[in-house]
Amino acid sequence: MSGPGPVRGLLHDRFEDGLVVASADQLINWSRKNSIWFMTFGLACCAIEMMATGASRYDLDRFGIMPRGTPRQSDLMIVAGTVTLKMATRVKRLYEQMAEPKYVLSMGSCANNGGPYWRHGYHVLKGVDEVVPVDVYVPGCPPRPEALLYGLLKLQEKIQEDRVLRKRAHTVGSLAGATLDGAADAPRETKA
Amino acid sequence: MDAEEIHHLLVQKFGDAIVAATLDAATPFAVVAAHRLLEVAAFCKHDHALAFDNLMCLSGVDYPKETPPRLEVVYHLFSHFHFQTFALKVHLPRENPSVASVESLWGVANWHEREAWDLFGIVFTGHSDLRRILLPDDWQGHPLRKDWQDPDYYNGMHVKPTAQMMDRVLQGERIGVGPFDFTPPNRDLEPS
Amino acid sequence: MTSPAAGWARDWDEDGLDTDEMVINMGPQHPATHGVLRLELRTDGEVVRGARPHIGYLHRCFEKHAENVDYPGVMPYADRMDYVASMGNTLGFALTVEQLMGIDPSPYVQTIRVLMAELQRIASHAVAVGTYTMDIGAFTPFLHLLRDREKILDLFEWTCGARLLYNYNWVGGVSHDLPDGFIRAARDFLREFDSVTFPELLDLIIHNKIFVKRLANVGVCAPELAISYDLTGPNLRGSGVPRDLRKDAPYSSYQQYDFDVAVGVGQYGPVGSCFDRNWVRVVEMRESSKIVHQALDRLEAMEKADVHETVPKRVKPPKGEVYGRSEAPRGQLGFYLVSDGGIMPYRLKVKSPCFTAMSAFHHLAKGMMIADVVALIGSLDIVLGEIDR
Repeated sequence: MSGPGPVRGLLHDRFEDGLVVASADQLINWSRKNSIWFMTFGLACCAIEMMATGASRYDLDRFGIMPRGTPRQSDLMIVAGTVTLKMATRVKRLYEQMAEPKYVLSMGSCANNGGPYWRHGYHVLKGVDEVVPVDVYVPGCPPRPEALLYGLLKLQEKIQEDRVLRKRAHTVGSLAGATLDGAADAPRETKA
Repeated sequence: MDAEEIHHLLVQKFGDAIVAATLDAATPFAVVAAHRLLEVAAFCKHDHALAFDNLMCLSGVDYPKETPPRLEVVYHLFSHFHFQTFALKVHLPRENPSVASVESLWGVANWHEREAWDLFGIVFTGHSDLRRILLPDDWQGHPLRKDWQDPDYYNGMHVKPTAQMMDRVLQGERIGVGPFDFTPPNRDLEPS
Repeated sequence: MTSPAAGWARDWDEDGLDTDEMVINMGPQHPATHGVLRLELRTDGEVVRGARPHIGYLHRCFEKHAENVDYPGVMPYADRMDYVASMGNTLGFALTVEQLMGIDPSPYVQTIRVLMAELQRIASHAVAVGTYTMDIGAFTPFLHLLRDREKILDLFEWTCGARLLYNYNWVGGVSHDLPDGFIRAARDFLREFDSVTFPELLDLIIHNKIFVKRLANVGVCAPELAISYDLTGPNLRGSGVPRDLRKDAPYSSYQQYDFDVAVGVGQYGPVGSCFDRNWVRVVEMRESSKIVHQALDRLEAMEKADVHETVPKRVKPPKGEVYGRSEAPRGQLGFYLVSDGGIMPYRLKVKSPCFTAMSAFHHLAKGMMIADVVALIGSLDIVLGEIDR
């Protein structure tokens, strides 16, 4: 690669003309990570920030991230807001209705661990990871749109390192990336 | 009409059904005998001088340490005709508290009374549909009472914060923050 | 009100077809329910025969928290009730405690409070009208209004550091003074709002034929019903009842400002329809902009005071109780506070305007089509955080 100069494109000078060489995993994951469709699971205040992130100033669409109303058509569930005990069964049911491969991003302190309601909230679930496995935690109350974007970019990184062609024993959680032949990767906990 | 005149009118009509009154408080109120509440409330609504056509708020309050221990239901009334406010209270025993429902007078009382039943256990006789409104239908107990203890679990989910969470807070450690992963996403795009 | 579908049902029966009612579940996760609300609709084809709302999916035990933390600590929880308009919540709570303690903040603080409350009203109505048009089907006004709301949030962030949940109004004062240059920036925003955003809003949405046709005869709420079910704020004013706490029982020096009370007049259909409630919100945005202009003028004429001057070192109201009301963007927010003389409230009950608006829902939704149910929910402008507390 040449030294400091004019800004070059991503693929400039990297491949011979007309020939791109990459592994299948890289290519498939690259296309998957740039088209994450999320299910709007806006519960409370974080939902307003999620809406603001998707709106004109902090546009999510430029990353290929689009909101869908139904779990059947989404890859990602952004749990934005406080999960109450009454709602927890519905969260689990909607997670089960999503098709593989699916991811969960826990947005805001309430979804991470109960948030400001952790102490006296008799009806508040202390973290959505009690009912669904979470890939990325975004702290904040509410997290700024930039923080949510950072969390989504971290998720993109995680997707890039996914292994699509080798069969996995577990999708997410502490055994993510474990393969059936017994060689488990080190547990990866991604906190944004 | 000011608070004294309203109180005077009520005492004239109902005599000793008006048990007590505090008229120099920030929000003046009169205590009504529980078995005559519906009559007094109907008079408050239909009398031309009072014309309290709006029930602003219906709250339950728990006083276990008073002598005798009691549950109170407080009705805050407002008149759109005369621009006056007043409050009525009833004192109920803490075991089997029960008072007539004012749903027939003010439609909004339907939901307020359901909430008082849900959180305090006060039974409103004559209510068309007295069931829980905020908490799940299979919830046990009435949480806003002063002697409420958080159960450990509800349907398998933690309700009381775990000892581990309590320890971490009491030791001054902030929950859910750090260690941060400061590597920027898409790091392989930086010119090397 | 008979719906056109009633005629169709008759034709089907004459053909000997067996019809039955169906129970459809809307929510709690639904793009159009403005939060976690579950509606159980009993429908006959497309016409709703009965609607039963289920709430409680966001019950975060605010009243229990209020009994276990001290008064300044209750403020952040109060913010999170109506999270779209959180200046209104903290203002209501601060006013209630100040009423009990007998604190009178300085005119400087009162003017700042009015300024922030009215800017918040514009921002809150922008979200309300924006998401409402998105529910109706028009996506663009949502983006326009949110872009303009971001400018208000910039002002708030400049003052107190937060975009959405500010903890700004404290008992006895406000948390941060206005930074230098704020007045000029606010006037810049208002200039753009008055000349560009508001006329655009009227053109795109209010005078839009599709919008009018969709909403003008839907969800009509008679004034007696509105009063009986304790609808307040834009919902009540949309039914033609000109009640506004800022005029009727002014607080925080509102009596010194010159503004009109927006009332629904039924220019396209019966008074009290969804269109009227929306119309009231739009006009209120303009009136709020008037108030902000006046507040900025007042601030320029006043000299700066210490915003923490009347903030007590320890908030310990005397034993007693009070019911404090204020005009939040969604209606009349009431706080019933019982104090036993300690540093924590003994009982804090919140009368939320959206809770009472929702209690009338089953009555208003009878006989309308399912698509109109979506229009009705949006016109009541509910925020589930406030309903469930």
